Amino acid sequence: MSLSLQDVSKVGLLARLALTEAEVERMTGELSKIVEFVSQLSALDTATVEPLAHPLETRNVFREDEPQPSLTPEQALSNSPNHDGACFLVPAVLGESGAA
Amino acid sequence: MTIVARSAVELVAAVRTGELSATACVEAFLGRIAAVDGHVNAFLAVSRERALEQAAAIDGRRAAGRPLGSLAGLPVAVKDALCTTDMPTTCASKMLAGYRPPYDAEVVGRLRRADAVIVGKTNMDEFAMGGSNENSAFGPVRNPWDLSRTPGGSSGGSAACVAADMAPVAIGSDTGGSIRQPAGLCGITGLKPTYGRISRRGLVAFASSLDQIGPMARSAADCALVLETIAGHDPGDATSLGDAVPGYTTLLDEPLAGLRIGRVKTHFGPGLDPAVAEGVEQAFATFEAAGATIHEVELPHADYGIPTYYLIAPCEASSNLARYDGAHYGHRAKPDGGHRAAAGNGRQHEPAAAGGFDSPLVEMYCRSRAEGFGPEVKRRIMLGTYALSAGYYDAFYAKALRVRRLIQQDYLTAFQSVDLIAGPVSPTPAFKLGEKTGDPLAMYLVDMYTVGTNLAGIGGISFPCGFTPTGLPIGLQLQGPALSEPLLLRAAHRYQQLTEWHIRRPALPA
Repeated sequence: MSLSLQDVSKVGLLARLALTEAEVERMTGELSKIVEFVSQLSALDTATVEPLAHPLETRNVFREDEPQPSLTPEQALSNSPNHDGACFLVPAVLGESGAA
Repeated sequence: MTIVARSAVELVAAVRTGELSATACVEAFLGRIAAVDGHVNAFLAVSRERALEQAAAIDGRRAAGRPLGSLAGLPVAVKDALCTTDMPTTCASKMLAGYRPPYDAEVVGRLRRADAVIVGKTNMDEFAMGGSNENSAFGPVRNPWDLSRTPGGSSGGSAACVAADMAPVAIGSDTGGSIRQPAGLCGITGLKPTYGRISRRGLVAFASSLDQIGPMARSAADCALVLETIAGHDPGDATSLGDAVPGYTTLLDEPLAGLRIGRVKTHFGPGLDPAVAEGVEQAFATFEAAGATIHEVELPHADYGIPTYYLIAPCEASSNLARYDGAHYGHRAKPDGGHRAAAGNGRQHEPAAAGGFDSPLVEMYCRSRAEGFGPEVKRRIMLGTYALSAGYYDAFYAKALRVRRLIQQDYLTAFQSVDLIAGPVSPTPAFKLGEKTGDPLAMYLVDMYTVGTNLAGIGGISFPCGFTPTGLPIGLQLQGPALSEPLLLRAAHRYQQLTEWHIRRPALPA
């Protein structure tokens, strides 16, 4: 099983990682090798095995729907790269790339 | 015996009786850090002033006859994956350089309430992804037994600082072996408790169905002391277990007679270093002499542990690390134009994806993450994103979850006939820095004996069981059923009463 440069570029965008061409090239080789290695799982017959997503299965945890202490706006904004004192500031959500 | 050579149990007793002041205790370890961490690079932050203030406050309270917490005056080093309000929490990543959490991790809060003194934050593989500490954005940790070698990872700083007497106790986290493997390579004792035994609130998430916090120290008795304080239910972590916390320290001295220890033949297959095999075989003999019986058991799907782990962990990581978007905290790339000018080569930072970014916001996400994450973190995010993407989910992620159940069932079956399973922690002793950095897959295989514990959600402990002819520690791993911590600690403690491997200390340049 091997990945193409296009596969890796596409996954890079899905993963929100701006990869350089050199990174895409290197990662295509590395990921192909890893994917081939993990594909050995397909040798196992698991048709009758239920998936195990979590060691503590099907356990709902509830609490009363009451207000709890939470972060102040100052605390929540304290590590922000850019804010106006009340909101996080980010580049335009709509529009052409590179217009920042 | 110098202060820094004393056990955590002894230090806590000495501070309680007044034989040793908390200030003298904390000063001794801070002095040791100042003297030797230049060689080891175990700490990313040291909280000198605050630690001394806390120690002075403890001494004042003792002098006034007021009550002290159960760990009063005990210096503790904390892996930089746990949130601390008084020190940055970086996960050894540029992404979180300088990040100041607005709250303490539950474990950190429990330690503080017990009057332990947090002396610093320890180096690690970036976002706990790695087995050699070479993935730290702030330089690798060096193994105190041989400074040209890895301490293991990802909790390499926590293991190395204990091995080098810079802290009597450290807190680590273990997703696929990240407590047990560095403990083994550094000659200390490390416990990965049952999934959910310790609250993960405030632990930076890597793979949430596998992550667990645990104590690392020079002995099982010291681990038991700390576990008593940090284990237990936390309403802030819905996956933390509600089961009562046993008195781990009071259960240490029960005899081992009748203990059934499992030996897995495939643990001794190809790839196992002969010196490691010999050390582990001798440990079986020691346990037998102590009254335990050894039984062959099988874990038929153990060989599938690494491929299963390296699907599930990256899938969960790709989801967990989506939160680092440069919007709310963490690294944000400079706006496009300025960034390209600064880089001097626009093309280098062009997205390789055809069609470019969807919007300036998406471009900011992509560039921030590209700049903030190191190569191994990017690789795992990519692998996880790929394995979860349309068309591949069933073949990879869902398949791995089914095999995960087979692996868990193997353990459940084995624990019907034995109480614990013993074997090597790692296939080799500490390897050279740089030896495996060019081959991600070779690096992944160092976790071959440890990932099963996390996949099954059970407990494991590692501790030294010998040294190679060249003087590197050899680690033994014990694995036990869910909530078997009293037994794991008791067996390790008994072994440490019969042997002296855990007493040996490395000689560091002054």
